[in-house]
Amino acid sequence: MGVGPHAYKEMPALELDRVCRDFVTPAGRTYRAIEDISLAVEAGAFVAIVGPSGCGKSTLLNVAAGLLPPSSGRVRVDGVDLVGLNRRATYMFQQDALLPWKTVRDNVALGLTLAGVARAESHARADAWLARVGLTAFTAHYPAQLSGGMRKRVTMAQNWIIDRGLMLMDEPFSALDVHTRQRMESELLALWDEATAELAENAENNHALRAQRAPRFKRTVLFVTHDLEEAIALADEVVVLSAGPASRIVARHPVTLDRPRDLMELRTTTAFVDLYRALWAVLREEVVKSQRHA
Amino acid sequence: MRKNGEKSEVGSLKSADRSDFRLQASRFRRASVVAWQILVGVVALALWQGLVSLKLLDPFFVSRPSDIARRIATWIASGTLWPHLIVTLEESLLGLVVGAALGIALGFVFARSPMVARVFDPYIKMLNAIPRVVLAPLFLLWFGLGIWSKVALAVTLVFFVMFFSTYQGVRDASQVLIDNVRMLGATERQLVRHVLVPSALTWIFSSLHTSLGFAMVGAVVGEYLGSTRGLGYVISQAEGTFDTTGVFAGMTILGVVVVIVSAAVTRLERWLLRWKRDER
Ligand SMILES: Nc1ncnc2c1ncn2[C@@H]1O[C@H](COP(=O)(O)OP(=O)(O)O)[C@@H](O)[C@H]1O
Ligand SMILES: [Mg+2]
Repeated sequence: MGVGPHAYKEMPALELDRVCRDFVTPAGRTYRAIEDISLAVEAGAFVAIVGPSGCGKSTLLNVAAGLLPPSSGRVRVDGVDLVGLNRRATYMFQQDALLPWKTVRDNVALGLTLAGVARAESHARADAWLARVGLTAFTAHYPAQLSGGMRKRVTMAQNWIIDRGLMLMDEPFSALDVHTRQRMESELLALWDEATAELAENAENNHALRAQRAPRFKRTVLFVTHDLEEAIALADEVVVLSAGPASRIVARHPVTLDRPRDLMELRTTTAFVDLYRALWAVLREEVVKSQRHA
Repeated sequence: MRKNGEKSEVGSLKSADRSDFRLQASRFRRASVVAWQILVGVVALALWQGLVSLKLLDPFFVSRPSDIARRIATWIASGTLWPHLIVTLEESLLGLVVGAALGIALGFVFARSPMVARVFDPYIKMLNAIPRVVLAPLFLLWFGLGIWSKVALAVTLVFFVMFFSTYQGVRDASQVLIDNVRMLGATERQLVRHVLVPSALTWIFSSLHTSLGFAMVGAVVGEYLGSTRGLGYVISQAEGTFDTTGVFAGMTILGVVVVIVSAAVTRLERWLLRWKRDER
Protein backbone atom coordinates (compact mmCIF):
# COMPACT_ATOMS: atom_id res chain seq x y z
CA MET A 1 0.00 0.00 0.00
CA GLY A 2 1.17 3.53 0.62
CA VAL A 3 2.65 5.05 -2.47
CA GLY A 4 3.84 1.94 -4.24
CA PRO A 5 6.07 1.74 -7.25
CA HIS A 6 4.00 4.24 -9.26
CA ALA A 7 5.66 7.13 -7.57
CA TYR A 8 8.88 6.31 -9.35
CA LYS A 9 7.41 6.90 -12.77
CA GLU A 10 6.71 10.32 -14.10
CA MET A 11 3.10 10.27 -13.14
CA PRO A 12 0.96 12.69 -11.15
CA ALA A 13 0.11 11.45 -7.67
CA LEU A 14 -3.36 12.86 -8.20
CA GLU A 15 -5.02 13.86 -11.41
CA LEU A 16 -8.42 15.48 -11.78
CA ASP A 17 -9.62 15.38 -15.37
CA ARG A 18 -12.47 17.77 -16.26
CA VAL A 19 -14.20 17.07 -12.95
CA CYS A 20 -17.68 18.50 -12.32
CA ARG A 21 -19.79 17.97 -9.26
CA ASP A 22 -23.51 18.80 -8.96
CA PHE A 23 -25.70 18.87 -5.89
CA VAL A 24 -29.46 18.92 -5.55
CA THR A 25 -30.55 21.97 -3.60
CA PRO A 26 -33.35 21.76 -1.01
CA ALA A 27 -35.57 23.48 -3.60
CA GLY A 28 -34.95 20.54 -5.95
CA ARG A 29 -32.75 22.40 -8.45
CA THR A 30 -29.33 21.27 -9.55
CA TYR A 31 -26.47 23.28 -8.15
CA ARG A 32 -23.10 22.91 -9.88
CA ALA A 33 -20.45 23.35 -7.19
CA ILE A 34 -17.31 22.80 -9.26
CA GLU A 35 -17.01 22.75 -13.04
CA ASP A 36 -14.39 21.41 -15.39
CA ILE A 37 -11.59 21.19 -12.87
CA SER A 38 -8.45 19.73 -14.40
CA LEU A 39 -5.52 19.57 -12.05
CA ALA A 40 -2.49 17.33 -11.95
CA VAL A 41 -0.54 17.19 -8.71
CA GLU A 42 2.96 15.77 -9.22
CA ALA A 43 4.22 13.25 -6.71
CA GLY A 44 6.03 15.13 -3.97
CA ALA A 45 4.42 18.48 -4.74
CA PHE A 46 2.79 20.77 -2.20
CA VAL A 47 -0.23 22.37 -3.84
CA ALA A 48 -2.41 24.91 -2.07
CA ILE A 49 -5.96 25.72 -3.14
CA VAL A 50 -7.48 29.07 -2.27
CA GLY A 51 -10.86 30.52 -3.11
CA PRO A 52 -13.74 32.42 -1.60
CA SER A 53 -15.85 30.71 1.05
CA GLY A 54 -18.43 28.32 -0.39
CA CYS A 55 -16.77 28.07 -3.82
CA GLY A 56 -16.26 24.31 -3.66
CA LYS A 57 -12.87 23.70 -2.05
CA SER A 58 -14.16 21.02 0.33
CA THR A 59 -16.13 19.45 -2.52
CA LEU A 60 -12.91 19.21 -4.52
CA LEU A 61 -11.12 17.44 -1.67
CA ASN A 62 -14.07 15.10 -1.11
CA VAL A 63 -13.85 14.10 -4.76
CA ALA A 64 -10.09 13.56 -4.47
CA ALA A 65 -10.66 11.44 -1.33
CA GLY A 66 -13.18 9.28 -3.16
CA LEU A 67 -15.92 10.23 -0.71
CA LEU A 68 -17.90 12.02 -3.42
CA PRO A 69 -17.99 10.59 -6.92
CA PRO A 70 -17.65 13.31 -9.58
CA SER A 71 -20.81 14.01 -11.58
CA SER A 72 -18.62 13.93 -14.66
CA GLY A 73 -14.91 13.75 -15.32
CA ARG A 74 -12.34 11.37 -13.92
CA VAL A 75 -10.02 11.08 -10.95
CA ARG A 76 -6.74 9.19 -11.24
CA VAL A 77 -4.48 8.30 -8.34
CA ASP A 78 -0.93 7.38 -9.33
CA GLY A 79 -2.23 6.86 -12.84
CA VAL A 80 -5.03 4.49 -11.87
CA ASP A 81 -8.71 5.43 -12.10
CA LEU A 82 -10.11 5.97 -8.62
CA VAL A 83 -12.87 3.58 -7.61
CA GLY A 84 -14.37 4.03 -4.15
CA LEU A 85 -12.23 5.48 -1.38
CA ASN A 86 -8.78 6.83 -2.08
CA ARG A 87 -6.64 4.41 -0.08
CA ARG A 88 -3.47 6.33 -0.84
CA ALA A 89 -4.63 9.46 0.94
CA THR A 90 -5.17 10.77 4.43
CA TYR A 91 -7.81 13.44 4.82
CA MET A 92 -7.97 16.10 7.49
CA PHE A 93 -11.54 17.29 7.52
CA GLN A 94 -12.56 20.88 8.03
CA GLN A 95 -15.01 19.84 10.75
CA ASP A 96 -14.22 18.20 14.05
CA ALA A 97 -13.84 14.50 13.31
CA LEU A 98 -12.38 12.99 16.48
CA LEU A 99 -14.36 10.18 18.07
CA PRO A 100 -15.77 11.72 21.26
CA TRP A 101 -15.88 8.37 23.06
CA LYS A 102 -12.18 7.62 22.59
CA THR A 103 -9.38 9.21 24.58
CA VAL A 104 -6.86 11.43 22.82
CA ARG A 105 -4.36 8.57 22.70
CA ASP A 106 -6.90 6.09 21.31
CA ASN A 107 -7.97 8.64 18.72
CA VAL A 108 -4.42 9.16 17.53
CA ALA A 109 -3.74 5.42 17.50
CA LEU A 110 -6.98 4.69 15.63
CA GLY A 111 -5.46 4.29 12.17
CA LEU A 112 -2.95 1.79 13.55
CA THR A 113 -5.62 -0.05 15.55
CA LEU A 114 -7.71 -0.40 12.40
CA ALA A 115 -4.69 -1.81 10.58
CA GLY A 116 -4.28 -4.44 13.30
CA VAL A 117 -1.15 -3.02 14.97
CA ALA A 118 -0.71 -4.39 18.50
CA ARG A 119 -1.95 -2.15 21.30
CA ALA A 120 1.40 -1.60 22.98
CA GLU A 121 3.05 -0.50 19.77
CA SER A 122 0.19 1.68 18.57
CA HIS A 123 0.08 3.42 21.95
CA ALA A 124 3.82 4.01 21.95
CA ARG A 125 3.66 5.50 18.47
CA ALA A 126 0.62 7.59 19.38
CA ASP A 127 2.47 8.98 22.39
CA ALA A 128 5.42 9.90 20.21
CA TRP A 129 3.10 11.81 17.88
CA LEU A 130 1.33 13.50 20.76
CA ALA A 131 4.71 14.70 21.97
CA ARG A 132 5.35 16.10 18.50
CA VAL A 133 2.15 18.14 18.56
CA GLY A 134 2.75 19.19 22.16
CA LEU A 135 -0.06 17.30 23.86
CA THR A 136 1.79 14.80 26.04
CA ALA A 137 -0.11 15.98 29.11
CA PHE A 138 -3.47 15.22 27.52
CA THR A 139 -3.19 11.61 26.33
CA ALA A 140 -5.89 10.36 28.71
CA HIS A 141 -8.33 13.24 28.07
CA TYR A 142 -11.45 12.97 25.96
CA PRO A 143 -11.89 15.38 23.02
CA ALA A 144 -14.68 17.24 24.84
CA GLN A 145 -12.14 18.22 27.48
CA LEU A 146 -9.82 19.98 25.00
CA SER A 147 -9.92 23.39 23.34
CA GLY A 148 -10.73 23.63 19.63
CA GLY A 149 -7.08 24.21 18.73
CA MET A 150 -5.94 21.22 20.77
CA ARG A 151 -8.50 19.03 19.04
CA LYS A 152 -7.09 20.12 15.69
CA ARG A 153 -3.61 19.12 16.82
CA VAL A 154 -4.90 15.71 17.89
CA THR A 155 -6.48 15.37 14.44
CA MET A 156 -3.13 16.13 12.87
CA ALA A 157 -1.41 13.43 14.89
CA GLN A 158 -4.24 11.05 14.01
CA ASN A 159 -3.66 11.64 10.32
CA TRP A 160 0.11 11.81 10.31
CA ILE A 161 0.59 8.59 12.24
CA ILE A 162 -0.62 6.67 9.20
CA ASP A 163 1.86 7.14 6.46
CA ARG A 164 0.26 7.58 3.08
CA GLY A 165 1.68 9.27 0.03
CA LEU A 166 -1.04 11.88 -0.41
CA MET A 167 -2.21 14.25 2.29
CA LEU A 168 -5.52 16.03 1.75
CA MET A 169 -5.99 18.87 4.20
CA ASP A 170 -9.06 21.11 4.49
CA GLU A 171 -8.30 24.38 6.28
CA PRO A 172 -6.44 22.45 8.97
CA PHE A 173 -4.96 25.43 10.76
CA SER A 174 -7.75 28.02 10.65
CA ALA A 175 -8.88 27.26 14.21
CA LEU A 176 -5.42 27.74 15.70
CA ASP A 177 -3.98 30.86 17.29
CA VAL A 178 -1.15 32.54 15.38
CA HIS A 179 1.73 30.95 17.30
CA THR A 180 0.41 27.40 17.41
CA ARG A 181 -0.45 27.80 13.80
CA GLN A 182 3.08 28.70 12.81
CA ARG A 183 4.40 25.78 14.80
CA MET A 184 2.04 23.34 13.11
CA GLU A 185 2.90 24.77 9.69
CA SER A 186 6.59 24.18 10.36
CA GLU A 187 5.80 20.69 11.58
CA LEU A 188 3.87 20.01 8.37
CA LEU A 189 6.74 21.20 6.18
CA ALA A 190 9.20 19.07 8.16
CA LEU A 191 6.98 16.02 7.77
CA TRP A 192 6.53 16.64 4.09
CA ASP A 193 10.31 16.85 3.64
CA GLU A 194 10.96 13.49 5.28
CA ALA A 195 11.33 10.46 3.05
CA THR A 196 8.74 7.87 4.00
CA ALA A 197 9.96 4.68 5.59
CA GLU A 198 7.75 2.72 3.24
CA LEU A 199 9.38 4.27 0.25
CA ALA A 200 12.84 3.42 1.45
CA GLU A 201 11.60 -0.14 1.77
CA ASN A 202 10.27 -0.15 -1.77
CA ALA A 203 13.57 1.17 -2.96
CA GLU A 204 15.39 -1.73 -1.28
CA ASN A 205 13.89 -3.95 -3.90
CA ASN A 206 15.15 -1.81 -6.71
CA HIS A 207 18.67 -0.54 -6.19
CA ALA A 208 18.82 1.48 -9.36
CA LEU A 209 15.69 3.38 -8.46
CA ARG A 210 16.85 3.84 -4.91
CA ALA A 211 19.93 5.65 -6.09
CA GLN A 212 17.95 7.86 -8.42
CA ARG A 213 14.74 8.88 -6.73
CA ALA A 214 14.10 7.58 -3.29
CA PRO A 215 16.13 10.20 -1.44
CA ARG A 216 14.22 12.96 -3.20
CA PHE A 217 10.82 11.55 -2.48
CA LYS A 218 8.37 13.67 -0.56
CA ARG A 219 4.80 13.18 0.41
CA THR A 220 2.29 14.92 -1.81
CA VAL A 221 0.08 17.55 -0.20
CA LEU A 222 -3.17 19.08 -1.43
CA PHE A 223 -3.87 21.86 1.01
CA VAL A 224 -7.06 23.92 1.12
CA THR A 225 -7.01 27.26 2.89
CA HIS A 226 -8.82 30.58 2.74
CA ASP A 227 -5.62 32.30 3.80
CA LEU A 228 -3.51 33.36 0.82
CA GLU A 229 -0.52 34.14 3.01
CA GLU A 230 -0.50 30.61 4.35
CA ALA A 231 -0.89 29.18 0.87
CA ILE A 232 2.16 31.03 -0.43
CA ALA A 233 4.25 30.34 2.65
CA LEU A 234 3.77 26.58 2.42
CA ALA A 235 3.15 25.59 -1.18
CA ASP A 236 5.02 24.99 -4.43
CA GLU A 237 2.00 26.07 -6.36
CA VAL A 238 -1.11 28.08 -5.51
CA VAL A 239 -4.36 27.30 -7.34
CA VAL A 240 -7.11 29.92 -7.20
CA LEU A 241 -10.73 28.85 -7.59
CA SER A 242 -13.41 31.24 -8.81
CA ALA A 243 -16.49 32.20 -6.85
CA GLY A 244 -19.33 29.65 -7.07
CA PRO A 245 -21.57 28.43 -8.57
CA ALA A 246 -19.67 26.39 -11.16
CA SER A 247 -16.33 27.23 -9.68
CA ARG A 248 -13.35 26.83 -12.01
CA ILE A 249 -9.62 27.25 -11.74
CA VAL A 250 -8.87 30.88 -12.53
CA ALA A 251 -5.13 30.91 -11.81
CA ARG A 252 -2.25 28.57 -11.14
CA HIS A 253 0.83 30.25 -9.80
CA PRO A 254 4.16 28.56 -9.01
CA VAL A 255 5.83 29.63 -5.77
CA THR A 256 9.57 29.66 -6.30
CA LEU A 257 10.64 30.69 -2.80
CA ASP A 258 13.70 28.74 -1.57
CA ARG A 259 13.38 25.76 0.72
CA PRO A 260 13.66 25.08 3.55
CA ARG A 261 11.59 28.14 4.37
CA ASP A 262 11.80 30.07 7.59
CA LEU A 263 8.15 30.73 8.31
CA MET A 264 8.99 33.31 10.97
CA GLU A 265 10.81 35.57 8.51
CA LEU A 266 9.38 34.62 5.13
CA ARG A 267 6.35 36.86 5.13
CA THR A 268 8.33 40.06 5.09
CA THR A 269 10.67 39.19 2.20
CA THR A 270 10.17 41.06 -1.06
CA ALA A 271 9.77 37.86 -3.09
CA PHE A 272 6.91 36.86 -0.83
CA VAL A 273 5.24 40.24 -0.94
CA ASP A 274 5.45 40.37 -4.74
CA LEU A 275 3.84 36.96 -5.03
CA TYR A 276 1.17 37.94 -2.59
CA ARG A 277 0.30 41.07 -4.60
CA ALA A 278 0.07 39.15 -7.86
CA LEU A 279 -2.18 36.42 -6.42
CA TRP A 280 -4.31 38.72 -4.33
CA ALA A 281 -5.22 40.68 -7.44
CA VAL A 282 -6.80 37.51 -8.83
CA LEU A 283 -8.32 36.22 -5.58
CA ARG A 284 -9.74 39.59 -4.61
CA GLU A 285 -11.90 39.72 -7.69
CA GLU A 286 -13.41 36.32 -6.84
CA VAL A 287 -13.97 37.23 -3.20
CA VAL A 288 -15.77 40.41 -4.26
CA LYS A 289 -17.87 38.40 -6.73
CA SER A 290 -18.84 35.86 -4.09
CA GLN A 291 -19.86 38.63 -1.73
CA ARG A 292 -21.97 40.28 -4.39
CA HIS A 293 -23.80 36.98 -4.96
CA ALA A 294 -24.47 36.57 -1.25
CA MET B 1 13.00 33.48 40.06
CA ARG B 2 11.90 32.91 43.63
CA LYS B 3 9.30 35.53 43.39
CA ASN B 4 7.87 33.84 40.32
CA GLY B 5 7.78 30.50 42.09
CA GLU B 6 5.91 31.98 45.03
CA LYS B 7 3.49 33.67 42.75
CA SER B 8 2.57 30.49 40.89
CA GLU B 9 2.23 28.64 44.18
CA VAL B 10 -0.24 31.20 45.42
CA GLY B 11 -2.07 30.92 42.09
CA SER B 12 -2.36 27.15 42.29
CA LEU B 13 -3.50 27.32 45.91
CA LYS B 14 -6.19 29.73 44.93
CA SER B 15 -7.50 27.54 42.12
CA ALA B 16 -7.35 24.47 44.37
CA ASP B 17 -9.39 26.40 46.92
CA ARG B 18 -11.91 27.29 44.32
CA SER B 19 -12.37 23.74 43.02
CA ASP B 20 -12.60 22.54 46.61
CA PHE B 21 -15.32 25.04 47.23
CA ARG B 22 -17.13 23.95 44.09
CA LEU B 23 -16.92 20.31 45.17
CA GLN B 24 -18.35 21.22 48.57
CA ALA B 25 -21.12 23.21 46.97
CA SER B 26 -22.15 20.33 44.75
CA ARG B 27 -22.01 17.93 47.68
CA PHE B 28 -24.17 20.30 49.68
CA ARG B 29 -26.66 20.55 46.83
CA ARG B 30 -26.88 16.76 46.58
CA ALA B 31 -27.41 16.45 50.34
CA SER B 32 -30.16 19.04 50.25
CA VAL B 33 -31.89 17.18 47.41
CA VAL B 34 -31.86 13.98 49.46
CA ALA B 35 -33.19 15.88 52.48
CA TRP B 36 -36.06 17.25 50.41
CA GLN B 37 -36.81 13.83 48.97
CA ILE B 38 -37.07 12.35 52.46
CA LEU B 39 -39.20 15.27 53.60
CA VAL B 40 -41.65 14.84 50.70
CA GLY B 41 -41.99 11.13 51.44
CA VAL B 42 -42.47 11.64 55.17
CA VAL B 43 -45.07 14.38 54.67
CA ALA B 44 -47.04 12.29 52.16
CA LEU B 45 -47.03 9.24 54.45
CA ALA B 46 -47.94 11.28 57.50
CA LEU B 47 -50.81 12.90 55.61
CA TRP B 48 -52.07 9.48 54.50
CA GLN B 49 -51.75 8.05 58.02
CA GLY B 50 -53.39 11.13 59.55
CA LEU B 51 -56.35 11.15 57.15
CA VAL B 52 -57.02 7.48 57.87
CA SER B 53 -56.68 7.98 61.66
CA LEU B 54 -59.08 10.94 61.52
CA LYS B 55 -61.52 8.63 59.66
CA LEU B 56 -61.50 10.93 56.63
CA LEU B 57 -60.31 7.95 54.56
CA ASP B 58 -61.53 4.38 54.99
CA PRO B 59 -58.64 1.94 55.65
CA PHE B 60 -60.64 -0.78 53.92
CA PHE B 61 -60.07 1.00 50.61
CA VAL B 62 -56.65 2.62 51.05
CA SER B 63 -55.12 0.73 54.01
CA ARG B 64 -52.64 2.80 56.04
CA PRO B 65 -48.85 3.23 55.95
CA SER B 66 -48.25 1.66 59.37
CA ASP B 67 -50.19 -1.49 58.39
CA ILE B 68 -48.35 -1.69 55.06
CA ALA B 69 -44.98 -1.36 56.79
CA ARG B 70 -45.95 -4.05 59.28
CA ARG B 71 -47.07 -6.34 56.46
CA ILE B 72 -43.80 -5.91 54.58
CA ALA B 73 -41.88 -6.59 57.78
CA THR B 74 -43.84 -9.82 58.32
CA TRP B 75 -43.18 -10.95 54.76
CA ILE B 76 -39.49 -10.29 55.13
CA ALA B 77 -39.27 -11.91 58.58
CA SER B 78 -41.20 -15.04 57.54
CA GLY B 79 -39.22 -15.33 54.33
CA THR B 80 -42.33 -15.57 52.14
CA LEU B 81 -41.33 -12.49 50.13
CA TRP B 82 -38.03 -13.68 48.64
CA PRO B 83 -39.20 -16.49 46.34
CA HIS B 84 -41.78 -14.15 44.77
CA LEU B 85 -39.35 -11.28 44.45
CA ILE B 86 -36.69 -13.50 42.91
CA VAL B 87 -39.09 -14.90 40.32
CA THR B 88 -40.20 -11.42 39.31
CA LEU B 89 -36.61 -10.20 39.05
CA GLU B 90 -35.65 -13.26 37.04
CA GLU B 91 -38.47 -12.74 34.56
CA SER B 92 -37.74 -9.01 34.25
CA LEU B 93 -34.04 -9.58 33.69
CA LEU B 94 -34.62 -12.27 31.09
CA GLY B 95 -37.18 -10.07 29.37
CA LEU B 96 -34.77 -7.15 29.42
CA VAL B 97 -31.83 -9.13 28.05
CA VAL B 98 -33.77 -10.94 25.32
CA GLY B 99 -35.79 -7.86 24.35
CA ALA B 100 -32.68 -5.65 24.28
CA ALA B 101 -30.68 -8.17 22.25
CA LEU B 102 -33.44 -8.54 19.67
CA GLY B 103 -34.22 -4.82 19.60
CA ILE B 104 -30.60 -3.73 19.24
CA ALA B 105 -29.83 -6.34 16.57
CA LEU B 106 -32.89 -5.52 14.50
CA GLY B 107 -32.44 -1.79 15.04
CA PHE B 108 -28.98 -2.10 13.51
CA VAL B 109 -30.22 -4.09 10.54
CA PHE B 110 -32.98 -1.59 9.84
CA ALA B 111 -30.69 1.41 10.19
CA ARG B 112 -28.08 -0.08 7.87
CA SER B 113 -30.43 -1.29 5.15
CA PRO B 114 -33.02 1.33 4.17
CA MET B 115 -34.82 -1.15 1.91
CA VAL B 116 -35.55 -3.51 4.81
CA ALA B 117 -36.63 -0.54 6.92
CA ARG B 118 -39.05 0.68 4.28
CA VAL B 119 -40.59 -2.76 3.64
CA PHE B 120 -41.12 -3.65 7.30
CA ASP B 121 -42.06 -0.18 8.55
CA PRO B 122 -45.88 -0.66 8.57
CA TYR B 123 -45.58 -4.08 10.20
CA ILE B 124 -43.37 -2.80 12.98
CA LYS B 125 -45.85 -0.01 13.63
CA MET B 126 -48.76 -2.46 13.65
CA LEU B 127 -47.07 -4.83 16.07
CA ASN B 128 -46.10 -1.99 18.37
CA ALA B 129 -49.71 -0.80 18.49
CA ILE B 130 -51.04 -4.08 19.94
CA PRO B 131 -52.05 -3.58 23.61
CA ARG B 132 -49.88 -5.99 25.59
CA VAL B 133 -52.70 -6.98 27.96
CA VAL B 134 -54.40 -8.58 24.96
CA LEU B 135 -51.30 -10.65 24.33
CA ALA B 136 -50.96 -11.97 27.89
CA PRO B 137 -53.64 -14.71 27.66
CA LEU B 138 -52.20 -15.80 24.32
CA PHE B 139 -48.73 -16.10 25.80
CA LEU B 140 -50.17 -18.11 28.71
CA LEU B 141 -51.63 -20.46 26.14
CA TRP B 142 -48.39 -20.68 24.15
CA PHE B 143 -45.76 -20.69 26.89
CA GLY B 144 -47.67 -22.05 29.91
CA LEU B 145 -48.06 -20.76 33.46
CA GLY B 146 -44.31 -20.69 34.17
CA ILE B 147 -41.87 -17.82 33.77
CA TRP B 148 -41.63 -17.89 29.96
CA SER B 149 -45.06 -16.40 29.30
CA LYS B 150 -44.03 -13.46 31.52
CA VAL B 151 -40.64 -13.17 29.85
CA ALA B 152 -42.38 -13.05 26.47
CA LEU B 153 -44.63 -10.23 27.64
CA ALA B 154 -41.64 -8.28 28.96
CA VAL B 155 -39.82 -8.87 25.66
CA THR B 156 -42.66 -7.38 23.61
CA LEU B 157 -42.40 -4.21 25.68
CA VAL B 158 -38.61 -3.91 25.85
CA PHE B 159 -38.02 -4.84 22.23
CA PHE B 160 -39.72 -1.78 20.74
CA VAL B 161 -38.07 0.72 23.05
CA MET B 162 -34.65 -0.72 22.27
CA PHE B 163 -35.40 -1.14 18.59
CA PHE B 164 -36.43 2.48 18.07
CA SER B 165 -33.59 3.97 20.08
CA THR B 166 -30.96 1.82 18.36
CA TYR B 167 -32.37 2.70 14.96
CA GLN B 168 -32.31 6.38 15.87
CA GLY B 169 -28.83 6.15 17.38
CA VAL B 170 -27.28 4.51 14.34
CA ARG B 171 -29.01 6.87 11.92
CA ASP B 172 -27.89 9.77 14.06
CA ALA B 173 -24.16 8.92 13.81
CA SER B 174 -22.26 11.90 12.43
CA GLN B 175 -21.32 11.62 8.75
CA VAL B 176 -17.97 13.32 9.32
CA LEU B 177 -17.01 10.76 11.96
CA ILE B 178 -17.98 7.97 9.59
CA ASP B 179 -16.02 9.50 6.70
CA ASN B 180 -13.00 10.12 8.89
CA VAL B 181 -12.87 6.58 10.23
CA ARG B 182 -13.31 5.17 6.74
CA MET B 183 -10.45 7.32 5.45
CA LEU B 184 -8.32 6.06 8.34
CA GLY B 185 -8.82 2.59 6.89
CA ALA B 186 -11.84 1.12 8.66
CA THR B 187 -13.62 -1.87 7.16
CA GLU B 188 -17.40 -2.00 7.33
CA ARG B 189 -17.19 -4.06 10.52
CA GLN B 190 -14.72 -1.71 12.14
CA LEU B 191 -16.96 1.18 11.24
CA VAL B 192 -19.80 -0.50 13.12
CA ARG B 193 -17.61 -1.22 16.11
CA HIS B 194 -15.81 2.11 16.42
CA VAL B 195 -18.49 4.58 15.33
CA LEU B 196 -21.98 3.18 14.97
CA VAL B 197 -22.15 1.11 18.16
CA PRO B 198 -20.75 3.85 20.43
CA SER B 199 -22.99 6.41 18.77
CA ALA B 200 -26.03 4.17 19.26
CA LEU B 201 -25.00 3.37 22.86
CA THR B 202 -25.82 6.91 23.93
CA TRP B 203 -29.38 6.38 22.78
CA ILE B 204 -29.59 2.80 23.99
CA PHE B 205 -28.51 3.77 27.48
CA SER B 206 -30.83 6.70 27.70
CA SER B 207 -33.66 4.25 26.98
CA LEU B 208 -32.39 1.62 29.42
CA HIS B 209 -34.31 3.14 32.32
CA THR B 210 -37.55 3.02 30.34
CA SER B 211 -36.81 -0.52 29.19
CA LEU B 212 -36.15 -1.66 32.73
CA GLY B 213 -39.44 -0.26 33.96
CA PHE B 214 -41.21 -1.89 31.01
CA ALA B 215 -39.56 -5.25 31.70
CA MET B 216 -40.89 -5.21 35.25
CA VAL B 217 -44.33 -4.09 34.11
CA GLY B 218 -44.40 -6.97 31.62
CA ALA B 219 -43.38 -9.51 34.23
CA VAL B 220 -45.80 -8.29 36.89
CA VAL B 221 -48.76 -7.97 34.52
CA GLY B 222 -48.06 -11.49 33.27
CA GLU B 223 -47.97 -12.82 36.81
CA TYR B 224 -51.08 -10.90 37.69
CA LEU B 225 -53.03 -12.49 34.87
CA GLY B 226 -52.00 -16.05 35.49
CA SER B 227 -49.26 -17.60 37.59
CA THR B 228 -48.47 -19.21 40.90
CA ARG B 229 -45.47 -17.10 41.89
CA GLY B 230 -44.11 -13.56 41.71
CA LEU B 231 -45.05 -10.12 43.00
CA GLY B 232 -47.88 -9.87 40.48
CA TYR B 233 -49.29 -13.10 41.88
CA VAL B 234 -49.01 -11.75 45.44
CA ILE B 235 -50.88 -8.60 44.46
CA SER B 236 -53.61 -10.48 42.61
CA GLN B 237 -54.07 -12.86 45.57
CA ALA B 238 -54.45 -9.90 47.92
CA GLU B 239 -56.95 -8.28 45.59
CA GLY B 240 -58.93 -11.51 45.45
CA THR B 241 -59.51 -11.27 49.20
CA PHE B 242 -59.99 -7.46 49.28
CA ASP B 243 -56.74 -7.21 51.25
CA THR B 244 -55.77 -3.66 50.33
CA THR B 245 -52.82 -3.72 52.73
CA GLY B 246 -51.38 -6.66 50.80
CA VAL B 247 -51.93 -4.88 47.47
CA PHE B 248 -50.18 -1.72 48.67
CA ALA B 249 -47.38 -3.72 50.25
CA GLY B 250 -46.79 -5.50 46.93
CA MET B 251 -46.79 -2.24 45.01
CA THR B 252 -44.42 -0.62 47.51
CA ILE B 253 -41.92 -3.44 47.16
CA LEU B 254 -42.16 -3.18 43.38
CA GLY B 255 -41.50 0.56 43.55
CA VAL B 256 -38.51 0.22 45.87
CA VAL B 257 -36.96 -2.47 43.67
CA VAL B 258 -37.31 -0.27 40.57
CA VAL B 259 -35.65 2.68 42.34
CA ILE B 260 -32.72 0.52 43.48
CA VAL B 261 -32.16 -1.08 40.08
CA SER B 262 -32.51 2.30 38.37
CA ALA B 263 -29.77 3.72 40.56
CA ALA B 264 -27.52 0.84 39.53
CA VAL B 265 -28.28 1.52 35.85
CA THR B 266 -27.47 5.21 36.34
CA ARG B 267 -24.09 4.21 37.78
CA LEU B 268 -23.38 1.93 34.84
CA GLU B 269 -24.49 4.56 32.36
CA ARG B 270 -22.30 7.22 33.94
CA TRP B 271 -19.31 4.92 33.63
CA LEU B 272 -19.99 3.85 30.06
CA LEU B 273 -20.70 7.39 28.89
CA ARG B 274 -17.90 8.96 30.93
CA TRP B 275 -16.53 10.68 27.81
CA LYS B 276 -19.66 12.80 27.78
CA ARG B 277 -19.41 14.17 31.27
CA ASP B 278 -17.57 17.38 30.46
CA GLU B 279 -19.52 18.15 27.36
CA ARG B 280 -21.79 21.11 27.51
N1 LIG C 1 -23.98 17.71 0.24
C1 LIG C 1 -24.31 18.86 -0.35
N2 LIG C 1 -25.57 19.06 -0.80
C2 LIG C 1 -25.90 20.22 -1.40
N3 LIG C 1 -25.05 21.24 -1.62
C3 LIG C 1 -23.78 21.10 -1.20
C4 LIG C 1 -23.34 19.91 -0.55
N4 LIG C 1 -22.03 20.06 -0.25
C5 LIG C 1 -21.67 21.28 -0.69
N5 LIG C 1 -22.71 21.91 -1.27
C6 LIG C 1 -22.69 23.24 -1.89
O1 LIG C 1 -21.56 23.31 -2.72
C7 LIG C 1 -20.92 24.58 -2.58
C8 LIG C 1 -19.47 24.38 -2.22
O2 LIG C 1 -19.36 23.89 -0.90
P1 LIG C 1 -17.96 23.60 -0.23
O3 LIG C 1 -17.19 22.69 -1.12
O4 LIG C 1 -18.20 23.12 1.15
O5 LIG C 1 -17.29 25.05 -0.22
P2 LIG C 1 -15.95 25.55 0.47
O6 LIG C 1 -15.29 24.39 1.12
O7 LIG C 1 -15.16 26.16 -0.62
O8 LIG C 1 -16.33 26.60 1.47
C9 LIG C 1 -21.70 25.35 -1.55
O9 LIG C 1 -22.54 26.27 -2.21
C10 LIG C 1 -22.52 24.31 -0.84
O10 LIG C 1 -23.75 24.84 -0.46
MG1 LIG D 1 -14.89 24.05 3.07
